[in-house]
Amino acid sequence: MDRTKIDLWVGIFAAIGVAALLGLAMKVGNLTTSNIGETYTVTAGFQNIGGLKPRSPVKSAGVVVGRIDAIQFDSATYEAKVTLKLDKRYLFPKDTFANIYTAGLLGEQYIGLEPGGDEEYLQEDDKIMQTQDAVVLEKMISQFLYSKATETKE
Amino acid sequence: MFKGVVSKLASVLQNFGHRLIEQFWRLGSASRLFGYTLASSGESLRRPFLVIREIYFTGVLSLIIILVSAFFVGMVLALQGYNTLQKYGSSEAIGVLVALSLVRELGPVVTALLFAGRAGTAITAEIGLMKATEQLSAMEMMAVSPIARVVAPRFWGGVISMPLLASLFSMVGILGGYLVAVPLIGVDGGAFWSQMQASVDFREDVMNGFIKSCVFGVACTMIALFEGYDAPPTAEGVSRATTRTVVNSSLAVLGLDFVMTSFMIS
Repeated sequence: MDRTKIDLWVGIFAAIGVAALLGLAMKVGNLTTSNIGETYTVTAGFQNIGGLKPRSPVKSAGVVVGRIDAIQFDSATYEAKVTLKLDKRYLFPKDTFANIYTAGLLGEQYIGLEPGGDEEYLQEDDKIMQTQDAVVLEKMISQFLYSKATETKE
Repeated sequence: MFKGVVSKLASVLQNFGHRLIEQFWRLGSASRLFGYTLASSGESLRRPFLVIREIYFTGVLSLIIILVSAFFVGMVLALQGYNTLQKYGSSEAIGVLVALSLVRELGPVVTALLFAGRAGTAITAEIGLMKATEQLSAMEMMAVSPIARVVAPRFWGGVISMPLLASLFSMVGILGGYLVAVPLIGVDGGAFWSQMQASVDFREDVMNGFIKSCVFGVACTMIALFEGYDAPPTAEGVSRATTRTVVNSSLAVLGLDFVMTSFMIS
């Protein structure tokens, strides 16, 4: 085995190895889809975020328009302060509604944005005023049971 | 009789203690060899052909076994996964199953186990035989450091080859899974890829798998080098060292995998 042949084989090996890693990143992983270019940040307060996590998607009309950057507890208002990073290409009116939805019955939770009718758009560091909390199944069941119990009394 | 039991017990404990101390001694010399190897890496990296030659022997020549096993592992994963997922009516999630299990675990771990068997043993046997035939002492006599000339190039060759091999393993395994799932079973091809892309994260899954394979590369290569360097210079010694390479590398890979996974999953 002479030197040029070894060089050639190692070159081929390294090239296809790197190509496989790139393939994993592009074709298998979501590097291409999760990479949102320019973003702007808005915040939203929720009473209860359920199982929302950082990096969960933010969707509007089912299209991913951003990701959740951070979730903190605001000790002044006792609310969860969720920071959203939205794609600069998509602008939303100031009175946009932010809801926490669940994908499917048991899927991951995401924030759905429903645009309002305001003339002005959300700017960097604005706060979304109208929010709806995550649906807590236990709460719903207990409400249901409670209402059933009051029904039977009457 | 009582005295006999005590002395028997003492000898058992003594034996245990001796073994324990010996293991620590070996761990210490392995760390020292690791330190020396890193210290003399500069010297061997200045002659890149030494490293390239080792990448050829550990990486290129391991390609066939890695690729063939990856292909079969991917195909088996798809078959087995389909069997279970189909009961829940979510056979499209087969792409997610194959990709996540390969990228996160099977890619790095199985590659490292095969690497220890294919390349690690070769390294141990080669260095052990070099020691037995006094080639290493001859180098020292000529003022050539055997660590810089023999050990460090093999170390870097293994460390560079291992992540590349693991990436190839994952990619080829996913292709094998695709071939079974889409043309053979008839899962929808678009759903296969799109569900996979939706749930495999680049940083959390692909990069963590890559980090794992780098760590396994260091561990497997270093164990192989140390066992070879430490082998008694006899035929029996070299054969035992080769066996120990496989056993210790496999245990180290599985143990390290658990530790790293528990950190990465949190």
